[in-house]
Amino acid sequence: MSEMSPPALAPRTPTHSSTREAEPVLEIRGLNVDYGFGTEAVHAVVDCDLVLRRGQVLGLAGESGSGKSTLSMAAIRLLRSPGVITGGEVLFHPRPVEGDSSDPTIDLLRADEAELRRVRWSEISVVFQSALNALNPVITIGAQFDDLLKVHRPHLSSSERWDRGVELLEMVGMTGDRLRSYSHELSGGMRQRAMIAMALALEPQVMILDEPTTALDVVTQREILEELMGLRDRLGFAALFITHDLSLLVELADEIVVMYAGRLMERAPAASLFRAPRVPYTYGLLHCFPPMHGERKPMEGIPGSPPDLRALPSGCSFHPRCPWAMERCRKETPVLTRLDASGREAACWLHSGGATVPAELAMVDPGDRGPSAATRRVAR
Amino acid sequence: MSLTAQQAAVPPVSVAPVLEGRGLTKYFSVKHGRGIFPGTARLFAVDDVTIALAAGTVTALVGESGSGKTTVARMLAKIINPDGGAVLLDGKPVPHGRPRSYARQVQMVFQDPFASLNPIHRISYNLVRPLTIHHLGGDDLNEAVEELLRRVALEPPQQYTRKFPHELSGGQRQRVAIARALSVRPRVLLADEPVSMLDVSIRLGILNLLADLRDRDHLAILYVTHDIASARYLADTIVVMYAGQVVETAPSERLTDHPAHPYTQLLLSAAPDPDRAEPPSLAGSGAPPSLITPPSGCRFHPRCPHAMAICSTTAPPSVTVGPGHASNCWLHVDESRRVPDHPDVVAAKASSTSLRPPAAPPPIGTTQMRRTEEDRSME
Repeated sequence: MSEMSPPALAPRTPTHSSTREAEPVLEIRGLNVDYGFGTEAVHAVVDCDLVLRRGQVLGLAGESGSGKSTLSMAAIRLLRSPGVITGGEVLFHPRPVEGDSSDPTIDLLRADEAELRRVRWSEISVVFQSALNALNPVITIGAQFDDLLKVHRPHLSSSERWDRGVELLEMVGMTGDRLRSYSHELSGGMRQRAMIAMALALEPQVMILDEPTTALDVVTQREILEELMGLRDRLGFAALFITHDLSLLVELADEIVVMYAGRLMERAPAASLFRAPRVPYTYGLLHCFPPMHGERKPMEGIPGSPPDLRALPSGCSFHPRCPWAMERCRKETPVLTRLDASGREAACWLHSGGATVPAELAMVDPGDRGPSAATRRVAR
Repeated sequence: MSLTAQQAAVPPVSVAPVLEGRGLTKYFSVKHGRGIFPGTARLFAVDDVTIALAAGTVTALVGESGSGKTTVARMLAKIINPDGGAVLLDGKPVPHGRPRSYARQVQMVFQDPFASLNPIHRISYNLVRPLTIHHLGGDDLNEAVEELLRRVALEPPQQYTRKFPHELSGGQRQRVAIARALSVRPRVLLADEPVSMLDVSIRLGILNLLADLRDRDHLAILYVTHDIASARYLADTIVVMYAGQVVETAPSERLTDHPAHPYTQLLLSAAPDPDRAEPPSLAGSGAPPSLITPPSGCRFHPRCPHAMAICSTTAPPSVTVGPGHASNCWLHVDESRRVPDHPDVVAAKASSTSLRPPAAPPPIGTTQMRRTEEDRSME
């Protein structure tokens, strides 16, 4: 792996540099999720902290079984048994109401059914991978919009609800007459568009997109993502975008969090993560996507395979596959810690305790001014 | 993987192909229309596709879902019989059906390694079976099985022979599936999306294994995929399919660096590419057409940003635009030679090929609607 060349460095301006300062809308703190109980329990999510800021697209990348979907489903309490949330808090900050000085923040993990009902869909909506399974097959798209608006917007009349449905479908690039269609009458791309329209119906502040385009063709995927990003700019919702396709996320997200075996490994602005990964797993994952340009070179991917959560390796769970693993990695589990002043975080022992950082993990961060501490350490 | 072999990827111009499909056509009968007496219609999944696989090369077949790429692979494996055209092995037409002698030379690896291995038998059984069926095992079946596992880098083999498929990871299972295909010492390997079900971090391992088999064992490999970046990485030649037809064939780097067909350009503009400096602009829009009533002329013309009058009336010829590079597009034909078929000829063609439904008029901008009708009829 060390023979691989780093991705070519080219200037790239971060698209939404101001988002770092935006206030948080969803904060996940120390979230722990198990499957099963007692000694049999499998720890699917361990001590995860995430902050989603207003208007931001936060990418959550990881392989299957890394816990990325479990994390998001647990955060909005949609986790099915045998999943159990064993700790942490998920704070949702609604838009402040003028003249009301009380703190409206809700901890979703401690909220009762009535509070959850107020937040779900109207403030936080979800788009799943398979729209065919998410849509009701026996009633029309229009009837599903109608149901949704009848409950959440009781003041609307029947014709107003229909008009709102037409408006929403047109917003995602469909025609209003599709309200009369059943989900099986739509192509895969249109189903996903309808699902997105439904998720936007109540103007939520947060959208959780769980692999929304994985089942679609590349051209359709691109069209839907462009649509979605346009809507984000217009409506200003924040999005948590979950996918295994890191190369797509680099193009799309403002900030990316990489997950492995239930833990967060690295958090950084998208361009920084792509140009200058700091964690061996991120570095390996980036080199799993063959480039579309330039000379063809043999690539190795990451040796080994993702670990079984029932029998995790000791210490850092990536150490058996890591080319730079040290003695410490086998014994102690690294936690996500801030790297110097750049605002990015990494969970890797290579970045603490005076260890030598390999050159591959010390590339110049395009978001930085001047060489980072890590680079300087190598230069010395 | 050997670096030299991959870099020295030259288009297989003079090499005689091991396996060839000529003018392959396949249609499926589908229910068409609604009500209690729905009619049937013919869906042309593959229409006149010619493809050649040479020894020691990887040919990638790239296309979106529904473009017919898997159907081509299945016809080459003789899992399904073509309705038109012929499959040739070493230049000779292969006998009807799927004789054992053919299966010994042409093997297929399927997309889903969770479904392609028998779950109630151990790995050793899964690998011994083809050996006994084809009388290839020799004296020591165990040794043969271990040798196969070593060839797909499952080492030490003793650790795997007694396991059941569910005890292995996806990548290991796909390796076993490849070992099973190799057990009969085939000359052609048809790999249908072999990595799309696997985790991202282990896909390259399987692709490198296929490259190894090409370089070491001189296998002719067909790599069917929707991921054009992985096709560029592994293949020597890329064949792009759209709506059941081949639209472009070229050496892989040439195809991705200098795509000649507007559909290939659209695919490349939509593919994820973190190196891109600016947000991509899609070179075209819409969805693939219905294959029951495909557009007349070039099937891509309703979505094509460069469509001309002739595109909607006459199917484009295959034009050589470079070494080993052919594109089926009128843009590459001299203006003087862009002669549309006479309307009578078009009508005669439509009626003479009884298999084919009359070509529909070019419904620009309504492709999505028509796709929906097709969906409806499929239910």
